[in-house]
Amino acid sequence: MSGPAWKEDFPVSWVDDHYVTRREFTKSLGLVSCAACVANGALLATAGAAQPPPGGWPRVLVGRVSGVPVGGSFVFDYPAAGDRCILLRLEADRFAAFSQKCTHLGCPVLWQPGPRRLYCPCHEGFFDEEGRVLAGPPPRPLPRIGIEREGDDLWAIGIRS
Amino acid sequence: MIDPEMEFFLDPSRCIGCKACFHACAECETHRGVSMIHLDYVDREESVQTVPVVCMHCEDPACAAACPADAIKKTADGVVQSALQSRCIGCSNCVLACPFGVPRTIEAIDQMMKCDLCYDRTSAGKRPMCVTVCPSGALAYGPRREIERLRRERPVSRFEFGEETVRTKVRLMLPGAAEEAEMDVAALMAGEERR
Repeated sequence: MSGPAWKEDFPVSWVDDHYVTRREFTKSLGLVSCAACVANGALLATAGAAQPPPGGWPRVLVGRVSGVPVGGSFVFDYPAAGDRCILLRLEADRFAAFSQKCTHLGCPVLWQPGPRRLYCPCHEGFFDEEGRVLAGPPPRPLPRIGIEREGDDLWAIGIRS
Repeated sequence: MIDPEMEFFLDPSRCIGCKACFHACAECETHRGVSMIHLDYVDREESVQTVPVVCMHCEDPACAAACPADAIKKTADGVVQSALQSRCIGCSNCVLACPFGVPRTIEAIDQMMKCDLCYDRTSAGKRPMCVTVCPSGALAYGPRREIERLRRERPVSRFEFGEETVRTKVRLMLPGAAEEAEMDVAALMAGEERR
């Protein structure tokens, strides 16, 4: 462009005008913050819910009733290898199973048969035998694994958040 | 974007001074109550002739060049916009700079407002407000070939102001003028005829 240098900074043509006013800049900051807020909200809303894999949850044999005493527990992998879950035998014929990953920062939770609660040693998080948060920093209950009994066999059939 | 086929034509010889354009402009919802155009009396002592003063949308707008606040911008389709509200400082430089006497400073809000070719309407394919109400065809908007077919006058978009040549987007209809005729405004104002 010919002419004095300031004409390049303040062109008459709107297309060539790249000057950003303080108000426009502040507005863009506000809009980006709002968008980040909404995106985080959407992530939070969906992150807690376990999504079934395509084709539905698999049905996996995880153990035997005779292998776990009343009040005891054992750890198994569901739905894939490495996804650690914990099964509790609460009464002779009552079972409950949860993801072993604490909903706070993902440490494995342990079963305490005496006070009958699940304990996360990393940050002192506690869950009751239904997976609900009793104390500590965990924000959500533990995802529950559906368990079905067939004779002596225990089958994992899906995850409910 | 405005359809490049559609052009604005101004024919002062058809103006009957009814001020319908002035009031229609003021009715537009984007600047309700304030008209961005006005009506001029050519020589009120001698004649009843009036001229609607709409922006001519110069190729190199003097108003924008004179603006110290960078408030007047020209869009890619050649429309010189009214002053940006957040930038205009109400200095009236543009009012003095415009060779056609178009911009006016609205003292109540300390801002310049001028015709922007109803950009909200024309960019959506509608006619400007003033054109929709003009009863005599002094203001027209449409394809150039259609206007040339319907009227004897010829559209002019080049004006000489002394040694300064101003080219405009809006075309002025002049009787008997040749294609793209020059109009020596300075000479005309001095009472000298020149072709």
